[in-house]
Amino acid sequence: MQRVRSQQQTQVHASESATRRFRLAWSPGRLTVVLVAGLAALGFLPFIKMGLVVNGIILGAIIALGAIGLTLVYGILKLGNFAHGDYMAFGAYVAFFIVDGLLPRIGLEGAGLGPFTFGVPVIVALPLSAIVVAAGAIALDVLIYRRLRDRGVSTAILLMASLGVAIAIRGLVQMIWSGDTQHYPRESRQVFHLPMDVRVPPDSIFVAVVATLLVASVYLLLTHTKMGKAMRATSDNPALARVTGINTKHVIWWTWAVSGALAAVAGVMLAVTQAQLLPIMGWKFLIPLFAAVILGGVGNPYGALVGALVVGVSMEVSTQWINPSYKPAIAFAIMIGVLLARPRGIFGDARE
Amino acid sequence: MALLEASNVVAGYGETEILHGVSVTVNAGEIVTIIGPNGCGKSTLMKAIVGLVRIKAGAVRFRGKDIARHDPEQIVRSGLCYVPQSDNVFPSLTIRENLEMGAFVRTDDYRGRIEDMLRLFPDLRRSARQKAGTLSGGQRQMLAIARALMLDPALLLLDEPSAGLAPVLVHTVFERIQQINETGVAILLVEQNARESLRMSNRGYVLSGGANQLDDTGPALLDNPDVGRLYLGG
Repeated sequence: MQRVRSQQQTQVHASESATRRFRLAWSPGRLTVVLVAGLAALGFLPFIKMGLVVNGIILGAIIALGAIGLTLVYGILKLGNFAHGDYMAFGAYVAFFIVDGLLPRIGLEGAGLGPFTFGVPVIVALPLSAIVVAAGAIALDVLIYRRLRDRGVSTAILLMASLGVAIAIRGLVQMIWSGDTQHYPRESRQVFHLPMDVRVPPDSIFVAVVATLLVASVYLLLTHTKMGKAMRATSDNPALARVTGINTKHVIWWTWAVSGALAAVAGVMLAVTQAQLLPIMGWKFLIPLFAAVILGGVGNPYGALVGALVVGVSMEVSTQWINPSYKPAIAFAIMIGVLLARPRGIFGDARE
Repeated sequence: MALLEASNVVAGYGETEILHGVSVTVNAGEIVTIIGPNGCGKSTLMKAIVGLVRIKAGAVRFRGKDIARHDPEQIVRSGLCYVPQSDNVFPSLTIRENLEMGAFVRTDDYRGRIEDMLRLFPDLRRSARQKAGTLSGGQRQMLAIARALMLDPALLLLDEPSAGLAPVLVHTVFERIQQINETGVAILLVEQNARESLRMSNRGYVLSGGANQLDDTGPALLDNPDVGRLYLGG
């Protein structure tokens, strides 16, 4: 009895000190800057190419946009959304439809804006696609997930439902836009040549800027708005949120809206950097997304950001030694490694 | 007219029925304690009243309005707030954010109310920017009560507010409850520390096996030899 109690006390103590450490280390903006700098410093090692590290940070920025939405949905709905990659692909295709089918009718066309390969239409389509996917994500919740939740089904059933949604979305994309490669109107552009043999396409700078702005907005939403705080509260304890008077229905809608909008932007960014759209592009991106989420601690949006940067850089740097087609395998290996060694992610989860 | 009137409430989880027709009344300004052995349905009754557990039969009237089968969000809005026994704060939110969440349904300026709460619980002021997950058991309990008070409720439901606290803190919690009651908030509480709780209560109920066993004034229940032998530990 005595020993049991002292064990419990140590546990409580350990978890408290873990929380404190986390809190001290985490001034989100600062930590991200430190992390990016740290990752970039890897490029100074003689056996790692700086160019690959830079590519990895850009890839990490795209993963982060997807992973933050994925982890928010898990935290609040306890749903591991297997369709999240396909929300990204759908977002990329909605933007394609706007750029290719709608905007030309009002005379808005073009590519090669300044240093970028794409033109004004893609920039206009970006927020529109985000709105469409956000609305679609809410609609799918009302049509499918809410009914399942009301019936009190297990998380496994929710997960399988999302797998069905993933397949359905991909099928829909293929039906509408065919399975052939598409791309946004583009004009080729010079890449920037930087020291240390780093070549950065200007499009990547655009991706990094957009991702930074969006991640900062999500941070402000979660910490400075009533709805954002309610999202964190619901993620902590849904039953307590309800008896506190928090409108959990609205919280869930907001969560899907944020998650869907970020996914759409991530999809467009992916299509821009890969210079092509394919129906399978989102599904293939799912493993890096889950790897980032698990590495950062499931349900922890700041963790997902850190996880995304680490996964992105690892994937790109790995191509120095192994065939680039194995990049997803690197993400998979990270995911398995974390699950075996630290199932609650690098920050642990001090809450429990 | 009674503030809260639960009559013949039948409720449970899924197929399992825990409450087989329990009736409890709270009048404005009262402190009412529910005691009874473990598993007699005290916590389930609380959860049924606030809408977390589905009521199968019976009625719950609050301020004369039927609230049985309402959503918890609606019930809270009508001025009935609840503090669960455990997991009653949002651990990843700061103390101040927890209080803000308590005011979620308020559309007016509630900053003054936060100040009131920090005055009532000075312990919380010192660490208002700290995450609630890092608080000690006693501070957590105070924060949970303060959060529930943010809406200025007419009735506060407390599920074992002294559970797991050191004896010194138990006393402080009871003192605070009386202080809150003196501001006009009626209180319905479930307690293991039955003796101390009944001492400050206007009335008390004894539940057993999901049904009413006894009800009387607080002092009368304390003096009742059967109650003493069965539920107050001799």
